[in-house]
Amino acid sequence: MAQERRYIFHIKRFLPEISSEPFWQTYELTLSSWERVLDGLIKIQDYLDSSLGFRKSCAHGICGSCAMKINDINRLACQTLVKDLPEIIKIEPLPKLPVIKDLVVDMTPFFEKHEKILPYLINTENLPERERLQKPEDQERILEAITCILCGCCTTACPTFWINENFLGPSALLKAYRFIFDTRDTAQADRLISVVEQMGIFHCHSALNCLKACPKEINIPQHIIKLKKLAVKKALRRSLKI
Amino acid sequence: MGYTDHTQMEIVKHQYDTVIIGSGLAGLRASLEAVKVGSVVILTKLYPTRSHSTAAQGGIGAALGNEEEDDPEWHFFDTVKGSDFLGDQDAIEFMCYSAIPIVIELEHLGVPFSRTADGKIAQRRFGGHTKYFGKEPVRRACYSADRTGHAVLHALYEQALKNQVKFFEEFQVLDIVIEDGIAQGVIALEIKRGILHLFETKAIIVASGGFGKIFKVTSNAFATTGECLSILFEQGIPLEDMEFFQFHPTGLYGLGILITEGARGEGGILINGRGERFMEKYAPTLKDLAPRDVISRAILTEIKEGRGIKGKEYVYLDLTHLDPKILEKRLPEISSFCKTYLGIDPAKEPIPVVPTAHYAMGGIPTDIKGRVLRDTNGSYVAGLYAAGECACVSVHGANRLGCNSLLDTLVFGKEAGLDVAKNFKNFLRGKIPSYRIEKVKGFIEFLNSNKGAERVAPLRERLQRTLMDKASVFRTKRSLEEALEEINNLRERFRKVELKDKGTVFNQERLQAFELYHMFNLAEALVRSALVREESRGAHYREDFPYRDDQNWLKHTFIFKTPQGVEFKFKPVVITKFQPTERIF
Repeated sequence: MAQERRYIFHIKRFLPEISSEPFWQTYELTLSSWERVLDGLIKIQDYLDSSLGFRKSCAHGICGSCAMKINDINRLACQTLVKDLPEIIKIEPLPKLPVIKDLVVDMTPFFEKHEKILPYLINTENLPERERLQKPEDQERILEAITCILCGCCTTACPTFWINENFLGPSALLKAYRFIFDTRDTAQADRLISVVEQMGIFHCHSALNCLKACPKEINIPQHIIKLKKLAVKKALRRSLKI
Repeated sequence: MGYTDHTQMEIVKHQYDTVIIGSGLAGLRASLEAVKVGSVVILTKLYPTRSHSTAAQGGIGAALGNEEEDDPEWHFFDTVKGSDFLGDQDAIEFMCYSAIPIVIELEHLGVPFSRTADGKIAQRRFGGHTKYFGKEPVRRACYSADRTGHAVLHALYEQALKNQVKFFEEFQVLDIVIEDGIAQGVIALEIKRGILHLFETKAIIVASGGFGKIFKVTSNAFATTGECLSILFEQGIPLEDMEFFQFHPTGLYGLGILITEGARGEGGILINGRGERFMEKYAPTLKDLAPRDVISRAILTEIKEGRGIKGKEYVYLDLTHLDPKILEKRLPEISSFCKTYLGIDPAKEPIPVVPTAHYAMGGIPTDIKGRVLRDTNGSYVAGLYAAGECACVSVHGANRLGCNSLLDTLVFGKEAGLDVAKNFKNFLRGKIPSYRIEKVKGFIEFLNSNKGAERVAPLRERLQRTLMDKASVFRTKRSLEEALEEINNLRERFRKVELKDKGTVFNQERLQAFELYHMFNLAEALVRSALVREESRGAHYREDFPYRDDQNWLKHTFIFKTPQGVEFKFKPVVITKFQPTERIF
């Protein structure tokens, strides 16, 4: 069953009230094989150093709070078992977002990108008395996209985002896909324009970092490619007037 | 550079017409109504999409009849019977009949429900959902795979954004100010900068969720610590039916992570150490789909009598006989948990499970419109509303049925929002007196500067273990008295708590200390209410009083905090159609 092992948590810290510079701190702790990086962080905060800051909520990969960079990969601390990692575990905040404290980053720039793609169902038709019908295969087209938990792992892993903070990023593009390909949405054209004109889909160069980073295993590049195809098709249609 | 405590300095004032506390389903649903008449702000201690509603897996109960014949009257009956006849039947009837339009409305708002072959909202079986008044299981749970809460939460958040609801993220509510029997406003801490904010307002809707974190093993998120209930309790507002706390039968062994009842709805069965399908013995008709209180007791009885798996403290939830496509399409999330956390594939191996603290049936007493009651006589606090798990309408009575929690948040969140909108013109903007601000500052100052040998985490751990060991599924007078003594002892030790984090920015230790202070109140209210109720009903099981006693206890418990200690009053159950009968499944 459970085996115990000693781990070294090597954490990039930032305490803005103490110093304007980040620093590294090391903690040693013993964890069981079933425990997660999040359990380790909680033990540090509870029993070794209460000043350590990190976010947590559901602890089973559905709320998206505890995204961080663990041994150079963006992932959820609650979904990363320590037994799958080497003895030294290096933990940093998600890249390229302003750090508030330690592993807590300011997610505002991330959420603002979502607001740019009209992130809500728009339907201007008259509502039926009952539910709108949607074929199971149509619902399945958006199935992967709706599992997104807005954790930010993908966007902050994207090299285009690293060099251009205005890039909408994989997460917001995935959200755009979720509505553009929802048969119930009637704002497809506006949304397509929004993802083309605002540093959107055509700034994605398929580096595939988002694919590797997504803790829900969503194939984000494939969704972005489908958006690109649709945009090209519509643009061609418009220029050929068909 | 150095630490400066900003809470003692600047205060930022805001004026919004309605303040909603909590960004889960109840708060979001309420916001969509209240924003039609005035400005609305939602205060959340997390980011909105991190709310615990997102963890709801199985579905929403509504007798749509999309997969087979169903009737809201049967839903009404099931909920009454599930509640062990303690739910108020006027409220339950209202909820079950509102379920159909509320789910249709969700679809219209964009919730991506799973679909039937003909494109309708898909439905599946769930615990305690029956047709023909208890005769056989029925498909009533409307779902989006096993991520229903997540799907609904995101859709409502999106609609709130669309409708210009204002969000203040990572704001911890420190006080809900009621003066002269009227809701005045809210004092909150901006976690990021450590600054106090005042919200003087016309109406307040408390939608802060449950308090499962008072137990050691729970399916609840870290934030579900219940301080808003305690803040009201300290001001003399009663808490109703606090002794009824639901343990979900199938938490992942060792972790408490929930495995949805939908897994049994899809055909999963529970197996003991002898390989027996033991629920046949406890609930001959509904078997593995009996209500949660019945199954949780059955599992713990099997374990207690030595029939756990290999003599250990768990049983198996077996899904290996199901079509792997069902696991893949309808239960993908739980399949993934099992693989991630236990390294097992539920298509090939059974899942080790044990009951986990899941849901508070009790809470802030409200009427059907969400108005917070201040007494058993129906009088209420003007401008104050509560909805969702923090509230007790009561539609769940002594035991909630699966899929009725999302329904409760949506139906009564909407009602609260509608009532705010309807009475909006009569509400005056509140005023927060300065002594309330000083009190909050004083408590923060205590936490900042107090010296002593006690630390937050060990005290909390001890509290959680105490509740788990002495006040969970099985209770006795003795175990409850021991729990009470320990709670008092821990509360005393809390006076010597010292915080090591002296920072202002994102000081989580200070927040956790604040939460813990309030958890003591809730733990005490739960244990004292459980001591008073000398019978067994629904989730409240007293080994020393193992039978339901309708003669003496067909009534709601109201616990009040007074300067002299706690006081109890009781309120009759509203019975309209279904007289109490023996509860056999």
